[in-house]
Amino acid sequence: MSLIATLGAIEIGLVFALVALGVYITFRVLDFPDLTVDGTLPLGAAVAAAMIAGGVNPVFATLAAIVAGCLAGSVTAWLNIRFAILHLLAGILTMTALFSINLRVMGVPNIPLMNRPTVIDFFAWLNPLIAMTGLPGRPTLRVLALLIIVLVIGALLARFLKTEFGLAMRATGANPRMARAQGIRTDMHVYVGVALSNGLVALAGALFAQTAGFADVSIGTGTIIAGLAAVILGETIFRTKSIVVAIFSCLIGAIAYRLAIALALNAGWLGLRASDLNLVTAVLVGIALMLPGVANPLRSLFKRSAP
Amino acid sequence: MISVRDVHVTFGRGTPLENRALRGLDLSVADGEFITVIGSNGAGKSTLLNVLSGDARAERGTVEVDGIDVTRWPTPKRASLIARVFQDPMAGTCERLTIEENMALAQARGRARGLGAALDKPRRALFRDKLAMLGLGLENRLGDSMGLLSGGQRQAVSLLMSTLAGTKTLLLDEHTAALDPRTAAFVLDLTRRIVDEQKLTALMVTHSMRDALDHGSRTVMLHEGKVVFDIAGERRKAMDVPDLLRLFKQVRGEELSDDSLLLS
Repeated sequence: MSLIATLGAIEIGLVFALVALGVYITFRVLDFPDLTVDGTLPLGAAVAAAMIAGGVNPVFATLAAIVAGCLAGSVTAWLNIRFAILHLLAGILTMTALFSINLRVMGVPNIPLMNRPTVIDFFAWLNPLIAMTGLPGRPTLRVLALLIIVLVIGALLARFLKTEFGLAMRATGANPRMARAQGIRTDMHVYVGVALSNGLVALAGALFAQTAGFADVSIGTGTIIAGLAAVILGETIFRTKSIVVAIFSCLIGAIAYRLAIALALNAGWLGLRASDLNLVTAVLVGIALMLPGVANPLRSLFKRSAP
Repeated sequence: MISVRDVHVTFGRGTPLENRALRGLDLSVADGEFITVIGSNGAGKSTLLNVLSGDARAERGTVEVDGIDVTRWPTPKRASLIARVFQDPMAGTCERLTIEENMALAQARGRARGLGAALDKPRRALFRDKLAMLGLGLENRLGDSMGLLSGGQRQAVSLLMSTLAGTKTLLLDEHTAALDPRTAAFVLDLTRRIVDEQKLTALMVTHSMRDALDHGSRTVMLHEGKVVFDIAGERRKAMDVPDLLRLFKQVRGEELSDDSLLLS
């Protein structure tokens, strides 16, 4: 595999590390399997791309994308809490609605961002360092910029989950009845958690648009499965209950997963094409869920719904 | 102080399965009183606790705790006044979280949870001291996940947790029913110690008439959603299990027909 292809795989892996963190919050922390993210990833990309193309500062555009993602997550939580709609269905409803909303936001199915300012430009101070290593300039800058963003957000999230508020959120997912008996407003924590999760995924979308150079309505398909794949892979590599390691393993899982996919697509003898990505992902996640002993979000979900 | 006045609770109103769990129940518990509650299956014992904790809503009547009308308060709001230990050892703690995290959750009961660290040195020291009082060696296992503990250990920690926030009212919902006899005796003994030391107002639901007489200062029997008798003081001291059965027959004019209540 070429250096450029490897850097590309790490770059997309870092973007999906944010998706993995979002999925970790809903599936693992809150025990709220949220499918909204298939709509929130393109939403984040759409908001950021439309605003940047309209001349808005890329930092503001990215922040606006995060807010849009949080709002989308709140809608899903609201459908579930206020109207007792099953969480899976609530997520699918929002995700379906988002497809139309994303088209409205963008006005066209695809916005190119070539030669537009992006948040990556704010990391140009790294360029002299990169020049010294002799690595290809632009791709390496993208990887380093994303790495810094992802590490900062991962550290903030780990810190958040160790606060009193974050601990209450973990209790909400682990044992809601006990949480309420301890004075925790579980509804509020579900709202905040699902909003936060979708905010992270929208940020991933916004960064995707700015690193890949375009936003497209179709990029959301399979987001949830890719995020889950990263979480499961990370958990398989690091078997732990510690929050810090769990967050770190989400990041490693996301990058390892993208590298594995890139290797598979590169191996000519397998005969795979880029368009086979979703099939490969679904098969891999399916196998991971079938394996015994693998920490398994879906299995615990089904066990719970059984009488 | 607890005051329950003319409380009615009906589950599944208007359906073939309509169940009038409480039918005008009256009960007041003075500060520092330790009441045991008995009754056959379906008598309304658990519903009484749920009405107090907020898990069930009274459709008529009022519930007061420490002189505050909490009838319309949801469960989390009531947690500032009431602590509860559940029957199922799994229910009262989070098995995915560590012992110290569970205790930190309980210590913050009834106050705002902000963005400060949930655990710090002074808190860990406090939790270690509290756990050492149990004599189970748990003070050296603060970072272990709760799921590694046995049912009895979990109930003991649940009891400790109920005292951390300084609330004065404690609800115990058959909290030894899922334990083996020796562990149950240990947890009951611990309950008595904690209630005495912290001068709590406690309400303990039990299936065992023996335990109901051996613990606390007053015993209430529920039947069909009402209090059928309420004994305390010298009269209660002189009573044994057969006397309770006789009393029930005398008041209700029928034999008590619940094997589990008679056998325990």
